[in-house]
Amino acid sequence: MPYDFRNSPVIDQVGIEERVARFNTRSIKKGSKVQALKLALSMIDLTTLEGKDTEGKVKQMCYKAMHPHDALPGLPGTAAVCVYPTHVKTAKEALKGSSVKVASVSTAFPSGNSTMQIKLADTKFALDNGADEIDMVISRGEFLKGNYDFVFDEIASIKELCKKYDSRLKVIFETGEISTLDNVRRASDIAIYAGADFIKTSTGKIGVAATMPVTLVMLDAIKDYYFRTGTMVGMKPAGGISTAKSALQYLVMLHETLGNAWLDNKWFRFGASSLANDLILQLEKEARGVYFSKDYISVD
Amino acid sequence: MAKKETKKLEYFTDWKYAPAPEATDHIRLQKQYDLFINGKFVKPNSGKYFDTINPATEEKISSIAESNEKDVDTAVKAARTAYDKTWSKMPAKERAKYIYRIARLIQERARELSVIETMDGGKSIRESRDIDIPLAANHFFYYAGWADKLEYAFPNRNPKSLGVAGQVIPWNFPLLMAAWKIAPALATGNTVVLKPAETTSLTALKLAEIIQESGLPDGVVNIITGHGPVGASMVNHKDINKIAFTGSTNVGKWIQKAIAGTDKKLTLELGGKAANIIFEDAPINQAVEGIVNGIFFNQGHVCCAGSRLFVQESVADEVIRKLKDRLETLIVGDPLDKNTDIGAINSKMQLNKINEYLKIGINEGAEMYQSSCSIPKKGFFVRPTLFLNTSQSHRISQEEIFGPVLAIQTFRTVEEVIEKANNIPYGLSAGVWTDKGSRIFNMTSKLRAGVVWANTYNKFDPTSPFGGYKESGFGREGGLHGLMPYLKF
Repeated sequence: MPYDFRNSPVIDQVGIEERVARFNTRSIKKGSKVQALKLALSMIDLTTLEGKDTEGKVKQMCYKAMHPHDALPGLPGTAAVCVYPTHVKTAKEALKGSSVKVASVSTAFPSGNSTMQIKLADTKFALDNGADEIDMVISRGEFLKGNYDFVFDEIASIKELCKKYDSRLKVIFETGEISTLDNVRRASDIAIYAGADFIKTSTGKIGVAATMPVTLVMLDAIKDYYFRTGTMVGMKPAGGISTAKSALQYLVMLHETLGNAWLDNKWFRFGASSLANDLILQLEKEARGVYFSKDYISVD
Repeated sequence: MAKKETKKLEYFTDWKYAPAPEATDHIRLQKQYDLFINGKFVKPNSGKYFDTINPATEEKISSIAESNEKDVDTAVKAARTAYDKTWSKMPAKERAKYIYRIARLIQERARELSVIETMDGGKSIRESRDIDIPLAANHFFYYAGWADKLEYAFPNRNPKSLGVAGQVIPWNFPLLMAAWKIAPALATGNTVVLKPAETTSLTALKLAEIIQESGLPDGVVNIITGHGPVGASMVNHKDINKIAFTGSTNVGKWIQKAIAGTDKKLTLELGGKAANIIFEDAPINQAVEGIVNGIFFNQGHVCCAGSRLFVQESVADEVIRKLKDRLETLIVGDPLDKNTDIGAINSKMQLNKINEYLKIGINEGAEMYQSSCSIPKKGFFVRPTLFLNTSQSHRISQEEIFGPVLAIQTFRTVEEVIEKANNIPYGLSAGVWTDKGSRIFNMTSKLRAGVVWANTYNKFDPTSPFGGYKESGFGREGGLHGLMPYLKF
């Protein structure tokens, strides 16, 4: 039986917020904290998405992704770097030989207001340059008009292209624009059924980015799909997560919603630029017992 | 989509949360506690003391005085004198200040009170810290506000206080129940003799210290400890004007018989066996949370617990599969650990009773499902438990278990579920889960229950009245309604 997205499960916002509040009462200490801080670091898509990005900036960020903080041995690199299509080539070269992936935004990021040809060409350019992952945006206007078939089809087309290159597809909803949790759930179902490998909250380009309630609704959609089909889908909250404390809260929520299998950067990412340094600061604190100045941590 | 699901997710294997116990070194407890009568701690006439233990470790925490009839009489006399000489003559706005001060002092000592509540009663620190103690303070704040506004609450009815109130409270929310009882009694100008439950006297005695500190006139609140007979002598005492009791239905019935023919006023808040009803259009994931909060909150030691689950057949498989999955993420264990969801059963006696019901359920042919969590060897613990395929006529669907045990039935139509939900001697609370507003209103008007929650469960607020129908008792506590049982018009 085909899935009718008009019948996506309804969401009770109050209930979601209470559940989130409950996750946030968990107290993560000692060994379990260090483990989670390292895990969070390994899950970062280190991001720069600015008009003023240059080759130099991208190269510096790529080094940071591979060597977040060599002063403290045993730290993992980040999962990926995330850049515009025009910087994929630079990033790919800079990361050669490492396990850090190159993710590229595409489909007329961040607004997505362009023709399908341009979106496909945009994606193909990134893939031809070696992008391992594509972060596409959905057409929020069409979604809000109720044109779910359009959204489904555009995701499916981009997915088809990614498949040819063996690249993984992340689908960005810009949850701050589709706004209600019912809509977030519906968008999640559309993207998952259209073949998304990851679903992602935000572009980071508007005021409201990732929140825990929105992420929980998306995790629930992933879980329902997993129970229905046995297929795992990844999750990427992006924007607004800049502290280690917040990252740990997300990980608790991930852990207690989807379990151990998702505690891996294959299935969960943080889209963030400044989170890495706070994680490093906290890891240093756990190692040394005292905080030290942020001047000891590089800002790339 | 009715496919049978076999997939299972695993939790807490790769990432275990390190123990995060709440510190207890700041707690000051005496080896022995006396009775709080007329503003002072006094030795009991009997000279006897009994142990109060930590149900999570079975270790003794302190000794509590056992009162006898003479102590009850002394306490009632103190309350009467305080009523006649001070409290009934004091301007209402002055009374309010004392109540307000008690609320503030509870807030100031919130951490200490939560830790003691958890040590003495077994409930998780998360609940005593986030629910019990803040709510107790809020009850005092709320009723402080009413003290000088009774004429406005009941216009043209000339509300007058009753005199001495005898109050007997249960062990499931020790300090909170003390607040529910004392705050409205004081606001309406009555004086109080309160008896906490024998397994959980400590926070009531800490409240006595707070009352002393607040400068409340001597004898306005008296707290006497001990077992059942102490409550019985309060009920039978000739100079008590009002009895307020929260506890079991059997004791409630006995109290009602005992005071028949006297002019004592009575409120009873007794047992329950609430129906929590999930319709197919409900927000299912949030409903599953509601089911969990409904039955596993405070280890199921809640008179309004959602202990009977009714799920519409079209979503029953999904709801039960999700419920089983959610059970695996509930952390059972040391109540003082900040990550514990389900703490210890309050007493050995209650543990035996729950285990007895588990046997009854199995013998009745219901299918028992328990979380796979390990439980501590020492102390009183029960795994969160579901009973599937239960019938309305099973004892586990009819009788109050007062533990983390949920009896699940399915239903097909609205009429059917209303009939089954009401087909029980109790009528304290119910829950309805649906996305449809009109259905909520239909259900709330047809369910014979004092409180009906819609798309939520176990929510408490001082401004909201609480109480039951049928064998769940009568009279309301909380809100404006909560003033009435302490007034004559």
